[in-house]
Amino acid sequence: MKKSTLSGRQKRNLVRIILSLAAFAVIFVVDKTVGLGGVIPGKANWILPFLLYLAVYLAIGYDVLWRAVRNIAHGQVFDENFLMCIATIGAFALAIYRGVSGMEIEGFDEACAVLLFYQVGEFFQDYAAGKSRKSISALMDIRPDYANLLSGDTAEKVDPSEVKKGDVIRVNPGEKVPLDGVVVKGASALDTRALTGESLPREVKEGDAVISGSVNTSSQLDIRVEKEFYDSTVSKILELVENASEQKSKAENFITKFAKYYTPTVVIVALLLAVIPGAVTGGWSTWIYRALSFLVVSCPCALVISIPLSFFAGIGAASRYGILVKGSNYLEKFNKADTFVFDKTGTLTKGNFAVAEVLPAENRENILRLAAIAERDSSHPIAKSICESYKGDTDCGYTLTNIAGEGVLAEKQGSSICCGNERLMARLNVGFTPHPGVGTVVYVAENGVFAGSILIRDEIKDEAPSALKSLAGMGCRTVMLTGDNAAVAGAVAAELNVTDYKAELLPQNKVDEVEKLLAAEEKGRVLCFVGDGINDAPVLMRSDIGIAMGGVGSDAAIEAADIVLMHDDLNCLPLSKKIARKTMAVVRENIVFSIVVKLAILVLSALGITNMWVAVFGDVGVAVIAILNAMRVNGKYAADKGAAGKKQR
Amino acid sequence: MKKVYKLEDLDCANCAAKMERSVAKIDGVRSVSISFMAQRMAIEADDDRFEEVMDEVVRRCRKVEPDCRIIR
Repeated sequence: MKKSTLSGRQKRNLVRIILSLAAFAVIFVVDKTVGLGGVIPGKANWILPFLLYLAVYLAIGYDVLWRAVRNIAHGQVFDENFLMCIATIGAFALAIYRGVSGMEIEGFDEACAVLLFYQVGEFFQDYAAGKSRKSISALMDIRPDYANLLSGDTAEKVDPSEVKKGDVIRVNPGEKVPLDGVVVKGASALDTRALTGESLPREVKEGDAVISGSVNTSSQLDIRVEKEFYDSTVSKILELVENASEQKSKAENFITKFAKYYTPTVVIVALLLAVIPGAVTGGWSTWIYRALSFLVVSCPCALVISIPLSFFAGIGAASRYGILVKGSNYLEKFNKADTFVFDKTGTLTKGNFAVAEVLPAENRENILRLAAIAERDSSHPIAKSICESYKGDTDCGYTLTNIAGEGVLAEKQGSSICCGNERLMARLNVGFTPHPGVGTVVYVAENGVFAGSILIRDEIKDEAPSALKSLAGMGCRTVMLTGDNAAVAGAVAAELNVTDYKAELLPQNKVDEVEKLLAAEEKGRVLCFVGDGINDAPVLMRSDIGIAMGGVGSDAAIEAADIVLMHDDLNCLPLSKKIARKTMAVVRENIVFSIVVKLAILVLSALGITNMWVAVFGDVGVAVIAILNAMRVNGKYAADKGAAGKKQR
Repeated sequence: MKKVYKLEDLDCANCAAKMERSVAKIDGVRSVSISFMAQRMAIEADDDRFEEVMDEVVRRCRKVEPDCRIIR
């Protein structure tokens, strides 16, 4: 596994670096212990160490030298290759000067080491960036390679982008569904784990919609394509992931801007340092040496790479938990998020109605049976929830009559069941006991005698209380918006312990409410809106950060949202916040650490306190430490895994 | 028109920033974002002379980082 992460070019580079390091170490040790200066006697004693170090220098640095020559021809004065070459060739020149003028032989090792360690740093950066990219490309596995286009009875393998709307494609077991569509023939189970993290396969049959990116597991399906490839779910997700780093954060922009001025400034100071004190004191070689140390530290690459790397690692870590962040700026902003506005239905609640309570409880089975008989033909969600909760046979030969706005009447040879709201009961003169609970109540009467009542309520998601509690623990305010009546909203709000709630809102009022909250918040505060993506695209766009849940079902939400939670799991919110917090902490550490170390080394080299060895650390060492720090972001957030982690498995 | 191009062998983060600055100055380029990590360039330019602008983009990028290729 570890080997395959290196490309051919990287492997060759690694071999070259190891061989050069070994050669350098041998020469260095021999030089320091035995002394290479004494081999050739007399004035030319510097030539042997010079040639040996030069050989290593050329072996490790020929490409840098070549790039330096090529880039300077293009007028790139502040090119890092060029500056490194000036620094090292200058150091060689100084050492030769010392040798020729009969001083003690030294400085060749430094000149060679600077380039050697520079290459080590480059290799490490390359490796880290590649590794980090790999972590995101795992998500890319959802890309379908082909579609089996049906013409008549024969299937032909074509590129998914060639398939038109209305075409019929065949998906064999084990293949990915390449385009969104509707099943026209066959029934199978689809594995949507890559898209939603849901490990239970989804059963589909004729007439069901299927989304691209899911894997057909059991039997052949023929699918009528509803959306062309560029418009299908899988393209939308891939586009989102691929463009994730396009939106740059303030930290990234700051660092590239800093780099823009940093290099020229350091180079100019180096130039002044070489000329002015040298001219004044006459100690040319000392000051040129210090100026060369400056050039070694002048490369800003460590800074420039460690910041996007940290963000990329953060986005990558989030994507492993099914959290798609559209850009590093959103990760940066999300760290400051302190108000979470939730849409109730489908976000905090499951959005499916379910029987919550039957009164009197001891007659539960009978009441449900009666209601299920009456409601079995209705397509209303409330009727469906009743039928789902009763497992027995409901087809007993009753004639059903729908009474609009009131309920259903079922009759069979003199016996009757009526099932509906208070109005129906009152009209039929049935003496009923009002249900005390909050929600939709269905009253059931058999042969004109009150049998009982069924309370139907949208269920709160299992993880909602714990997720909101963690958010509150992080100091976040939570607000719930809903179109439901105040009683239902109040009950849910109390159960979830939200800071505030607004009920009886029409969809357009939600935008107004978010506008109000945005206007009321202090500067620097960030408001997130969390919705299931159905009908709330305008609010998702309007809020500072729009978060769509279970977004794979709705393209509008994927487009409008800034963060898409592929799992329909609220625990992803505190988890994202953890990731954002860690990312930003690492980003700050890297910025401060790199700048402080670089400036310190610049000052110390100007004063002559440090030498070129320390300057090499300022360049390569800082880069390696910053990159290692950035890679910490891509670690495990196991403590928060919770339901998200379990689902992912 | 907005297009996204893949960049091959973009090896240095600072070069990406330099390329981005250089491309942004081209007449006809409305916005450009080069991501070193994603190895991608998203560019928005005038429709009627997009190809012409892209030729200049390639020229300028080659100047900053000759190893890097824009996959068109």
